[in-house]
Amino acid sequence: MTSLIHSLKVSALLTSVTLAGLMSSCQQEAPVDKYTKEKVLLIGNSTEPQALDPQIVTGVVESNIITALFEGLCVQHPSQEGIHLPGAAASWESNSDFTEWTFHLQPNGKWSDGTPITTADFLFSYERILTPDMAAKYASVLYYIKGAEDFNKGKNKDFKSVAITAPDSHTLKLELKAPTPFLPDLTKHYAWYPVPKHTVLKHGKMTQPNNPWTEPENMVSNGSFKLKTWRFNDQIYVEKNPLYWDADQVKLNGIRFLPILNPYTEARMFFNDQLHVTYGLAPEMIDHSRQNYTQNFKQDTYLGTNFLRFNVTHNDLKNLKLRKALAFAIDSQSIIDNILKGGQLAAYGMVPPMGEYQPPHVLSYDPQKAQQLLKEAGYGSDSGKTLQLTLLTTDKESAKTIAEAYQDMWKKNLGIEVSIEQSEWKTYLDKLTKLDYDIGTGGWIGDYPDPTTFLDMWKKGDGNNRTGWHSEEYEAILRDAEQTRDPKQRIKKLEKAEALFLSEMPIMPSYWYTQCYLLHHTVQGWDPLLLNNHPYKFVDLVAETAQ
Amino acid sequence: MSHRSNKGSSLWSDAWLRLKKNRMATASLFILIIITLLCFVLPFFSIIKDPNIQNLENTFQQPNLHHLLGTDQVGRDLLARLLLGGQISILVGIVATALSVIIGVSYGSIAGYIGGKTDSIMMRIVDILYGLPFLVIIILFSILISEHLDIVAQTLIEDWELNKTMVLKFTNLIPLFIAISALGWLTMARMARAQVMTVKKQEYIEAAMSLGLSHWKILTRHIMPNILGSIIVYTTLTVPGFILTEASLSYLGLGVESPNSSWGILLKEGANYMETQPQLLIIPSIIFSITLFALNFLGDGLRDALDPKAAKD
Amino acid sequence: MLSTVISRLAQGFVVIFCLLAITFGLIRLMPGDPFSGEKSHAEHIIKKNKERFKLDRPIPQQFAAYLEALTRGELGYSAVKEQPVAKIIGQSFPASLILGICGMLIAILVGIPAGIISALKKNSIIDYGAMIIAMIGISIPSFVIGPLLAGQLATRVPFLKVAGWGDPFDWILPSLTLGLATAAYLARITRGGMLEVLNQDYIRTAQAKGVSQLSIVLKHAIRGGIIPAIAYVGPAFAALITGSFIVETIFQVPGMGQHFVNSTLSRDYFLLQGVVILFGALIVLANLAADIALVFLNPRLKSNNA
Repeated sequence: MTSLIHSLKVSALLTSVTLAGLMSSCQQEAPVDKYTKEKVLLIGNSTEPQALDPQIVTGVVESNIITALFEGLCVQHPSQEGIHLPGAAASWESNSDFTEWTFHLQPNGKWSDGTPITTADFLFSYERILTPDMAAKYASVLYYIKGAEDFNKGKNKDFKSVAITAPDSHTLKLELKAPTPFLPDLTKHYAWYPVPKHTVLKHGKMTQPNNPWTEPENMVSNGSFKLKTWRFNDQIYVEKNPLYWDADQVKLNGIRFLPILNPYTEARMFFNDQLHVTYGLAPEMIDHSRQNYTQNFKQDTYLGTNFLRFNVTHNDLKNLKLRKALAFAIDSQSIIDNILKGGQLAAYGMVPPMGEYQPPHVLSYDPQKAQQLLKEAGYGSDSGKTLQLTLLTTDKESAKTIAEAYQDMWKKNLGIEVSIEQSEWKTYLDKLTKLDYDIGTGGWIGDYPDPTTFLDMWKKGDGNNRTGWHSEEYEAILRDAEQTRDPKQRIKKLEKAEALFLSEMPIMPSYWYTQCYLLHHTVQGWDPLLLNNHPYKFVDLVAETAQ
Repeated sequence: MSHRSNKGSSLWSDAWLRLKKNRMATASLFILIIITLLCFVLPFFSIIKDPNIQNLENTFQQPNLHHLLGTDQVGRDLLARLLLGGQISILVGIVATALSVIIGVSYGSIAGYIGGKTDSIMMRIVDILYGLPFLVIIILFSILISEHLDIVAQTLIEDWELNKTMVLKFTNLIPLFIAISALGWLTMARMARAQVMTVKKQEYIEAAMSLGLSHWKILTRHIMPNILGSIIVYTTLTVPGFILTEASLSYLGLGVESPNSSWGILLKEGANYMETQPQLLIIPSIIFSITLFALNFLGDGLRDALDPKAAKD
Repeated sequence: MLSTVISRLAQGFVVIFCLLAITFGLIRLMPGDPFSGEKSHAEHIIKKNKERFKLDRPIPQQFAAYLEALTRGELGYSAVKEQPVAKIIGQSFPASLILGICGMLIAILVGIPAGIISALKKNSIIDYGAMIIAMIGISIPSFVIGPLLAGQLATRVPFLKVAGWGDPFDWILPSLTLGLATAAYLARITRGGMLEVLNQDYIRTAQAKGVSQLSIVLKHAIRGGIIPAIAYVGPAFAALITGSFIVETIFQVPGMGQHFVNSTLSRDYFLLQGVVILFGALIVLANLAADIALVFLNPRLKSNNA
């Protein structure tokens, strides 16, 4: 036994000597420094994308990669909202009521294999995404075009019925069903991106959903970067596209997207110089990062709303006063300050403030008013009526903490015991959709910076409504706004619609999102954007010079 | 026959005597009893705060006179939550372990004892259950159970006039026990089978068989005492896993209902604050580890005490 | 022996078939489908997508179609990722295998010697020390030990990264996290098994005859003593490969454990089916290997194996 212990001691000594030797000999360069010199951006990107075909995917993770590979007609300005830069289109104009648009394609726009980009590619792309057989999940983003919805739903079998025309190889004309001043914003959505006709058809049929044209060895794209390697659950690497029309502007040589699911791992990787940008930041890490990584901590406004849904078909919750009582008893600011910590804004409306739009101010934290409303609703402490309510939320740990905060506020301010039901994601969605819940948590991220992306969902029968609430009057106002030519008038009408919606309180707005993340100080040209859709062609990596 | 039963009872009383001589084991037993008493009795005294009262202005307090172990991420008293969580976790540890030992050991030893085709079929069933995606079953089970459980709880509250919070706290544990032991017994069965197969081939068992003793007698009187030691050691090993599984399941809607807590949940929540508020992880870890240490040293002591060979000393 | 192995492999096919059939049915009973999400899609789109994956048909018909494709060696397409299931599994399996093997090696090399030494030096400082370390290994969950290793070790040792899966240095921390817990179990189980054997008559006889302690341990005791450990190693190896979800996410390992969990949560029926077939095969093989090892250690079992 003693000899064993002795040999253990010797080997331990040897190991520590070798370790020390290794430590001193290989002063390894941190990945961030190495890749900064090579001008390759390292981005944390949450999960493996569903696919890289812009007409198939539906999420933020996919969008982050696809905007590097492809380019729509217009491009997002790197730091300002409402300014549209030329993309695949060099210029565009519309008629005075924003229903007819003409786009002039880049005269020397090329796919990454050298094939010129023409209107034929756009016609093909829009036909592809709208063809019913393709079953593209985001086809509805193109419903603004006259005839698109009918064609996609199979009511009209001829693509010529969709009002897209090409007078010549570089001119694209669109006729819309209603005035749409924000069309350039829409074209920044990946569903509007062109796909290369010749490549798609070379590797399969037009509407074949698992057409292998997006494999690294096959893919051809029109963005500032092109796909180089794709290793499942490991990384996606895109490199600079030399044939891009504005290639001189592109400063990076490549981008690596890493699917890091665990936010704590992602933060550790950033702190250990393995990442330039993180996808997000867990609430638990925010205070720590704010203090110790002041330069790197970013907190940008993000176009999204968190809210509680009330099931208005529920026996008790059909009572408007009860819904209001529950809403006025919640101190969102306290939840933001003490749990979320990301500088979110306490929401008083469904639509986050954007541009000229002012959400109606119908909600605040007011426990007295909440108690008064509860009494009026007939559930006061002397009413003898008992409430059995359950708050449905997801299986995330953070969701549990926030749900417990709601639970505690209702108990403190109203004396109501609400139980919490945690469900895994798809069960949760299923329960919401089937109205098999009382109160449910919810969130919504805007697709484009216009209030309708937050208001259309509350129409009767919309798959995202999930509250059982609907109103003829509300939908009439929305229809009226849709046909309004004057942007200011249109906004006023949308505000009116939201005021009506909130006066019935089928949801309780809780807070407006921010995006918290960590950004390495060598990254330049990465400024706050409402949709967090940073155009990579303006991003640069600048190594520190010796100080 | 009476001779044998006397021997049986003396086996246990001898074991108890030997256990008492083992200082490590008796100290462990003492610690376990203390922790259990603290968790179940202390919350009745008013010095312990309400474990579910939040104070968002008072989060992440370090241990102080007002909050002896500090407060958590929503300002609840950590000591109170630790005691409340202990109730749940100790219950889960005892009941889920007992269930999976009973099922696993009976199943495994029957398979190992009978052998042949029966053994093959029984063990292949274990293989199938082992390979099933547990998450799928848990999700389906929690949906199935949630409706029926509400009815049970309702009856208990209204017809039996029991305290609502108490009822909800414990009725939700029943499906949890079922779920955890449904997973836990599989490895237990494999362990027991391997042991039984080894012991079965020993000379004294073959002698007992040739004497024409009933299978039941051979299994319970001769085989069981010989595999008991390993089973106890393995059992004590599974307890931490069960207690932690409870935490994962509670996020899927099975088990402890918010805002109630358990040690597993406290550890899971604490792990997220590892870098920023380490006390939220360290304090539950200490009490969790002490309990498990005690449990395992007690298990070792029991193993030694019950060892029939050692009895010859 | 050979016939036993062949018959066990045949049983293995039955096991995998049952496993597949049960999983196939159960996952389709779960609420939701691969196409539901926070933003719901239009009904006609969902319908088309269901038709595409034959999800609009009754479950037995779907199963028959799946089996028919399976006989042609096709695992189908993932309903969520738009990739062939075979390709997804093919790209993820190597990482899981490496992780599983390294983890198991650490577990065996650390756990079994520690258990043997503890048993031989029962109730000594070494025994208590080893068992306390083992208990720490068992009672600290991997979601604590992983971040701890990443945060404390990886930031200090230059060739270790906090996460990532590039060069073989990156295998160290995830394998340690995975292996140490199993090592702790093995140490405890081996110690128990050894103590059992050391009290057996034949060992006592040998001791009485004055045979040296070392040769008793090497020639006789270990053989019987590690039987419980071997019975544990079989399923544990399969569990290391299938159940490495937490370790994979902590260290950013592109393995299979995530598919097992994520395909369930995203209702990616076809990916889960593929993963279950593979895991079923692993479990069958691992248990078979464990049983063969048991027969070698205890030849008297041979006649018993049907």
